[in-house]
Amino acid sequence: MPTAPTPASPLVTLRDLTVDFDIGDRFVRALHGVDMEIRRGETLGVVGESGCGKSITWLAALGLLGPAARTGGSAVFDGQELIGMRPRGLDRLRGGRIALIFQDPASALNPVQRIGRQIGESLRLHRGLRGAAARAEARRLLDRVGIANALQRLDEYPHELSGGMNQRVMIAMALAGEPDLLIADEPTTALDATIQAQILDLLRDLQTETGMALALISHDLGVIADMADRVAVMYSGRVIEEAPAHRLFAAPAHPYTRGLMAALPDIEGPRRRLETIPGSVPPPHALPPGCAFAARCPHVDGICEVSPPPLRPVPAAPARRAACARLEALVRAPEPAPALQRQEQRA
Amino acid sequence: MSLDALPEPLLTARGLARHYGVRLPGGLMGRRATLKAVDGIDFELARGEILGLVGESGCGKSTTAKLVLGHVAPSAGEVRFDGAPVPVDHGGDWRRLRRRMQMIYQDPLGALDRRLPVAAQIAEPFQIHRPDLSRAERRARAEELMRSVGLRPDQADRFPHELSGGQRQRVVIARALALDPTLLVCDEPVSALDVSVQAQVLNLLDDLRARTGFAALFISHDLKVVRQMADRVAVMYLGRIVEEGSPEEVLHAPLHPYTQALVSAAPSPHAARRRQRIVLRGDPPNPVEAPSGCPFHPRCPVAVARCAAERPPLLRDAGRAVACHLAQTSAGGFAPAPLPQTFSGAA
Repeated sequence: MPTAPTPASPLVTLRDLTVDFDIGDRFVRALHGVDMEIRRGETLGVVGESGCGKSITWLAALGLLGPAARTGGSAVFDGQELIGMRPRGLDRLRGGRIALIFQDPASALNPVQRIGRQIGESLRLHRGLRGAAARAEARRLLDRVGIANALQRLDEYPHELSGGMNQRVMIAMALAGEPDLLIADEPTTALDATIQAQILDLLRDLQTETGMALALISHDLGVIADMADRVAVMYSGRVIEEAPAHRLFAAPAHPYTRGLMAALPDIEGPRRRLETIPGSVPPPHALPPGCAFAARCPHVDGICEVSPPPLRPVPAAPARRAACARLEALVRAPEPAPALQRQEQRA
Repeated sequence: MSLDALPEPLLTARGLARHYGVRLPGGLMGRRATLKAVDGIDFELARGEILGLVGESGCGKSTTAKLVLGHVAPSAGEVRFDGAPVPVDHGGDWRRLRRRMQMIYQDPLGALDRRLPVAAQIAEPFQIHRPDLSRAERRARAEELMRSVGLRPDQADRFPHELSGGQRQRVVIARALALDPTLLVCDEPVSALDVSVQAQVLNLLDDLRARTGFAALFISHDLKVVRQMADRVAVMYLGRIVEEGSPEEVLHAPLHPYTQALVSAAPSPHAARRRQRIVLRGDPPNPVEAPSGCPFHPRCPVAVARCAAERPPLLRDAGRAVACHLAQTSAGGFAPAPLPQTFSGAA
């Protein structure tokens, strides 16, 4: 039931998105009902450790998971339901109004095609441009993403370019479809620090210029803090905390988010011993009946082991939500540090 | 134990260089060129000290590690370990020395044998270097090592693929510590690990160091991790050390424009105020065609004419070292190179 888009309604709305993977004899649930929204021009940071489902969420929404995955729930983009949409419709959107860039640009680009031809293909599919018009536009896009000697680069192959340049080419291809939403999955993880800074700056500039929304998926809390307006923290296939970025990093509510922040070394301030989160993420086929973080949580209580806590408003902070049964006790508690320390010594 | 007033450093590198002959595209057979992976570096490492080596891909960090371990022969200069040159012939002397120098790599799965239970891999150094130990003694020592790195004895007969990434890295660390090494060379030891596990491994290395007193060459692209572990930090760019000092000096008051950019580009969620970034132009140059003068000058935001013509030597003064014309004062001391004008400092 597509709803009429209004300027106030979000550009993308994911509701109760689930993914089950066929592992031969049974299905294993990798995504347990994810809700997310992105407004026009907004940057949503999606953060979490490997296997938490941050990439799968967006691949599922775009129908890119392949036949071994069963996707449920709803993903509405500008009034159109994407889940169950026919392949032709998805093809029109993907690479057009919704663009994707990935961690490793060299493997996302075709190694035996010249750069200009690959950008030209996007321009032909999504903008109907051909020949000299496509070449001129491809050159403009390469200029726009900060590639020097754009005209010469059009005739080069991906292997002739550095990692940072290839990521710029990927961004140029994404821009070819004039997207409303760019999904960037670890776009700077494979790049050096100084090149990462360049690419993040470029993404920010493009966003200001075009008004596109950005879903920035990253394991790096620093990158997310730097770029995002709002952040969704994922753990074991669920969003466990969601908040405006500056609020989240100033005072994380969920014990997992707190633990992540405390586990991260810092360049500034006094050198301190790192607090650790004991244990490791449970595998998706052996999740506990209650909160998936319970076994590692310093604040665990009997109630945590009953059923997975839903994402709900944080007391006294309505713009923030967290999935923790003990939120009331925690938000009042000043510091989780002593409890974390105790767990660590035992480990 | 000698009681000399000036103890000799454990490890000394003098004029250390490694050049590779390569062929560049052009002509029938390509044209010959020299890739200067490491291009004349000096450093010292005291007993029990940790020297952090930072820099971007291709700066020569990993080649330095191989030179230190005698895995590759230097093109010029030498490495001395405990008063004697490190042999590179892989003969008996080298093997005896390698008992005391161990290596921890980034990818634990690649460093382990997939077909061997982990306890057997931890005990393998005893088989080679301690044939006097009985099978039962070797096994007992392996289990003791497993406990010391936080693995359970019941995990002894597991295979690497049955363990998590963090547990695998613990196996690698246990094996490296089996022979009580004097020096550990760690090449990106936590880069492949998630934040929560990364903190566990960093704390573990810290504890083990406090107990066994090993010295380490700690290589990482992550300034936060290096700050956490190192007593001293050296920054490399295109095969050379461009700055050296304590972590606080180098990361809080960087002298070299490259270090300034690197530090400003390191994203951190902790910074209450976001520092403005110095974004460098372009990619690191190809080490085959290193620029004239200061190799950093084409990307340097504050370079002057002298920088293109004259290579600045690495000058040392009171534990601090820097190779930059603009970081020297007329009085002979060091002062931070000027910041670029577009950079307005802390916002």
